[in-house]
Amino acid sequence: MASGHRNHPTYWAFVLHRVSGLALALFLPVHFYVLAFAIEGEAALDGFLRWSAQPPVKIAEALLIVLLAAHLTGGLRVLAVEFLPWRDWQKTLVAAAGGLSVLVGLAFFLVAS
Amino acid sequence: MKTAGVAARRSTAYDPDMTETLSVQVWRGSERGAFVAYSVPRRASQTVLDVVTHIQRRIDASLSYRFACRVGMCGSCAMTVNGRPRWTCRTHVDRVAKNGDLTIAPLRNLPVIKDLAVDMREFFDKWARAKGQFQPTASRRDGFAVVRPDSAARKQADAGIECIGCGVCHAACDVVAWNRDYLGPAALNRAWTLFSDTRDGGQATRLAAVAGDAGCHACHSHQSCQEHCPKHLNPTASIAGLKRAAAWAALKGQI
Repeated sequence: MASGHRNHPTYWAFVLHRVSGLALALFLPVHFYVLAFAIEGEAALDGFLRWSAQPPVKIAEALLIVLLAAHLTGGLRVLAVEFLPWRDWQKTLVAAAGGLSVLVGLAFFLVAS
Repeated sequence: MKTAGVAARRSTAYDPDMTETLSVQVWRGSERGAFVAYSVPRRASQTVLDVVTHIQRRIDASLSYRFACRVGMCGSCAMTVNGRPRWTCRTHVDRVAKNGDLTIAPLRNLPVIKDLAVDMREFFDKWARAKGQFQPTASRRDGFAVVRPDSAARKQADAGIECIGCGVCHAACDVVAWNRDYLGPAALNRAWTLFSDTRDGGQATRLAAVAGDAGCHACHSHQSCQEHCPKHLNPTASIAGLKRAAAWAALKGQI
């Protein structure tokens, strides 16, 4: 996929932005499905919340937070590219967006664990 | 003596670390075709264009390719070298041939005429569609236009003006691959340099021409164009400029 002419940071940033967007779109229906447990009754939701307290689920949740942060920072980067005067430090912007996303994921992990 | 050894090595035509021959795969055919293997002797300071020329002159005279100046000015020798679009006259084999292997194909995103020669009409037609011609506002009876070299507009035009029209950015662009009508980085860069030209009078029609579905707003800012431009220009920055200009013009009801 990213061989040859595609193998450079700003192309990878595009791929990450697109993939995180698709993954979040797939996650949303599941999220609403789980929220609907609250309407069905306290027990159903509590059961799910107990299940979600397991470490593997927490790790998956942290990854989800990273994807969400990556999509947000990636989107801000695209807006900056399109609407602000051009900056030559594009790769720094990509690195900052990526680094911030990982930090947000780690912060979530610290708070949740 | 260490110094003498270094001097002696430099004076030889062959680097002792170099492989003796290059194993070269070259695309033969048109849209349909196949890679054909050739063995080419390795030389010091050899360019990819030297390799192609060797094959055409010494091995198979029926090989078609295009070149003219050999010094990076004319923009006619661009090809796909080991998966990346490059100007072959200024691409040294040392830089691209891993273990002496080279794969040379025609430029991507343009119809192949034969072997390594592509039909550039589509590429230059896009320059015309992007209103890439200068529209004068003065006649020969007027005095010289004064454009200060340190003015913002002049600097903006300068940043993109050295394009040699080689088509490398057009070949590197995935948006062109996804939508063949997309004007592409070179034509849009040209439109931006004219947009920044204070002597030009065709701004409104040019902005309208580049603001359509297949124009500047289609760019995904992958930045493959600037990553590969052999002249180190930045078409993505030019396209971003056009996006802002077109957005403002649309808000003001000018386009």
